[in-house]
Amino acid sequence: MSNKRNTILLVLLGAILFTMPLLLDAIGQSFLLGSATRILIYAIAAMSLNLILGYGGMVSFGHAAFFGVGAYVTGILSFHMFEDTTIFGLAGTNSAAIAWLASIAISALMALIIGALSLRTTGVYFIMITLAFAQMIYFLFVSLQRYGGDDGFMMFDGRSRIAGLELGDDISFYFVCLAALAIFAMGFKTLVNSRFGQVLKGCHENEPRMRALGCPTYRYKLVAFVIAGAGAGFAGALQANLTEFVSPDYVHWTRSGDLLIMVILGGIGTVLGPFFGAAAFLMLEEFLPIIFKGLGLPLLQEHWRVVFGPMLILIVLFAKKGLYASLMDWGRRKND
Amino acid sequence: MTDAPILIVENLSKSFGALKAVDGLNLTVQTGELHAIIGPNGAGKTTLVHQLSGQISPDSGSIRFQGLDITKMQEAKRPHLGLVRSFQITSIFPQSTVLENVAIAVQMQSGHSFRFIKNARADKSLSDPALSYLQQIGLESLANEPAHTLAHGQQRQLELAMALALKPKLLILDEPMAGMGADESAQMVSFLKSLKGTLSIVLIEHDMDVVFALSDQISVLVYGQVIATGIPDEIRNNPKVRTAYLGEEE
Ligand SMILES: Nc1ncnc2c1ncn2[C@@H]1O[C@H](COP(=O)(O)OP(=O)(O)O)[C@@H](O)[C@H]1O
Ligand SMILES: [Mg+2]
Repeated sequence: MSNKRNTILLVLLGAILFTMPLLLDAIGQSFLLGSATRILIYAIAAMSLNLILGYGGMVSFGHAAFFGVGAYVTGILSFHMFEDTTIFGLAGTNSAAIAWLASIAISALMALIIGALSLRTTGVYFIMITLAFAQMIYFLFVSLQRYGGDDGFMMFDGRSRIAGLELGDDISFYFVCLAALAIFAMGFKTLVNSRFGQVLKGCHENEPRMRALGCPTYRYKLVAFVIAGAGAGFAGALQANLTEFVSPDYVHWTRSGDLLIMVILGGIGTVLGPFFGAAAFLMLEEFLPIIFKGLGLPLLQEHWRVVFGPMLILIVLFAKKGLYASLMDWGRRKND
Repeated sequence: MTDAPILIVENLSKSFGALKAVDGLNLTVQTGELHAIIGPNGAGKTTLVHQLSGQISPDSGSIRFQGLDITKMQEAKRPHLGLVRSFQITSIFPQSTVLENVAIAVQMQSGHSFRFIKNARADKSLSDPALSYLQQIGLESLANEPAHTLAHGQQRQLELAMALALKPKLLILDEPMAGMGADESAQMVSFLKSLKGTLSIVLIEHDMDVVFALSDQISVLVYGQVIATGIPDEIRNNPKVRTAYLGEEE
C-alpha cells in the first residue's frame, strides 16, 4: 500500500520534473528555471547531509563547508583557465569531467580530515566542532584575496564543458542537474539498503551495541561522513555552474543551518524527504517576499524572515515526520 | 575440560575515583565449562564484564583469552575471536525489527561491511541464519515486530539471540534473567542448559537455585575480589562464602 503510493509519487514527481522547462514556458515563467535547478542542486546537498544525519545520527552543523569547497574547486579551476595561469603548478580547466571530479575528491578529502577529528566526539561537541571547522573554511575563503575575498568571484569562462552538451543553455543544464539528482537518489537508496547502510543505522540506534557486536563503528561513520562530504561537494560544483559565481556565502553557518532545516522539514531518514525539504524551503524563501509584495505588505516583504521562521516551525510541528511522510500518509487513517 | 583454560584474568583492577570497583581480581575459566559468578550488588561483576568485553579498560592486570593477551585489544575486535557478552541492561536496536536485530549480528560475523551495493535486507545469507537463531530461542513468530514493542523478557531473549549469532566461544551473560517472570526464567534456564557443553559460558546471576543447578564452577565476587572458587558443593559449604554472601540470603 505504502509502496504503491510511493511509486505513484515518484512517477508524478518524475513527470513534473521532466517537463518542468515546458511547464514554465507554457505559463510564461521560463526565468524560474534557474530556481528549479537550484532546488535540484540543494536536494543533492540535503540528501548527502541526510546520510549522516538521518541514517547515521550525526548532527553535522558544518555541512555547507563541503558544498563550498566543491564550489570553490570548480570555480578556481575555471578562474585559472580563464586567466591562463596555474594553481599549485597545475593549469586550470573548464572540463566538467575534471573539475567536478576534483570538487568531489577535494571535498571528500576535507571531509576525511574534518570527520576524522570531529567523530572522536559525540552529541553537542560534535555539533560544535563541525560548526567550528566550517567557520574555519569560511574564513579561509574570505582571506583568499586573489579569489575576491568576501565578495567571491565570477566564473568568466562560463559553465563547465561536457562533450556533446551545451551547459550554457539553461535547459540543458537543468537536465544535467536532474540526471545528477536521479542518479544520486538511486545510489543513495542502494547505499542505505546495503550492509554498509545497516551498520550506519545500527550506529544511529545503539552505537555501544554495535561495538559489542564487533563493529569498529568509528571507521564506518567516517566513511559515511566522507561520502556525505563528497555528495555536498558535487552539489557545490553544480551550484557554482548554475550561478557562474562563487563566494564564501556558500559556507556561511546559516547555510549549514538551512541544509539541516531542509532535511528535517522534508523527512529525516527517508530517501526522498530531503528533496521535498529543499523544494519547500527554497520556494518559501523565494516566493514569500513576492507574495507579501502582491498583498501590498511592504513591511513583511522586507522582513519576510519573521514569517518564514515561524512557518517552518509550524510545518515541522504539523508534519512531525516531515513533508515526505505527510504526503505518504495524506488522507489515510492513523492506524491504517 | 582437559584443554587449556579459555580465559585467565590476573590481578585485574579498576577504580572509579576512590572506589575500587574491581580490586586485584583473579579468575580462570576452563574451556567448555559454565562458570557462574555470584556476589552482592555493587561487588564489581558488571565492571568485570565491561573490562572483559573491552568497553572499559583496566587500570592494571591482564586478561588472556585462549592464550592471547587481550587486555588492551579494541572492544570491536574481541567478538571476532569468539568473546561475546550480553548486557545487564537490555541493549538492542529498538526501532529495528526483531529479525533485523539478529541479522545485523549475523552480518557482523560474516566479514567487513564495506559493501555498498547489494541489498542487505533481501540477503538470505543474513536473514536465514538470523531466523534460525530466533527459532532456537522461540521468538520467530515476532520476527517482523519492531524490537521496542517486545515485552521485557522477550527483549532479554532477543539479546541472547544476538549474542549467539556471533558464534561465541565464550559467552558472558550479565544477569540474563534480570526482571524476567518465573516462566520466562525457567525457559531461559532450560535454554542455557541446552547450550552447556557447546561453548564456554560465564554466567552472572543472583538466583542461587539457578546457579547451583547450572554451574560447573562458581566464583564468589565480593568488593572487587574473588574470595572463593569451586564446584557448587564446595561453595555451598565454604564458611567464608556463607558469612560474606550466602548468609545474607537467609
Ligand atoms: N562508570 C562508573 N562510574 C562510577 N562508579 C561506577 C561506575 N560503574 C560502576 N560503578 C560502581 O562500581 C561498583 C561496582 O559496580 P558494578 O560492577 O555494576 O557491580 P555489580 O554488577 O556487581 O552489581 C558499584 O559501587 C558502582 O556504583
Ligand atoms: Mg551488575
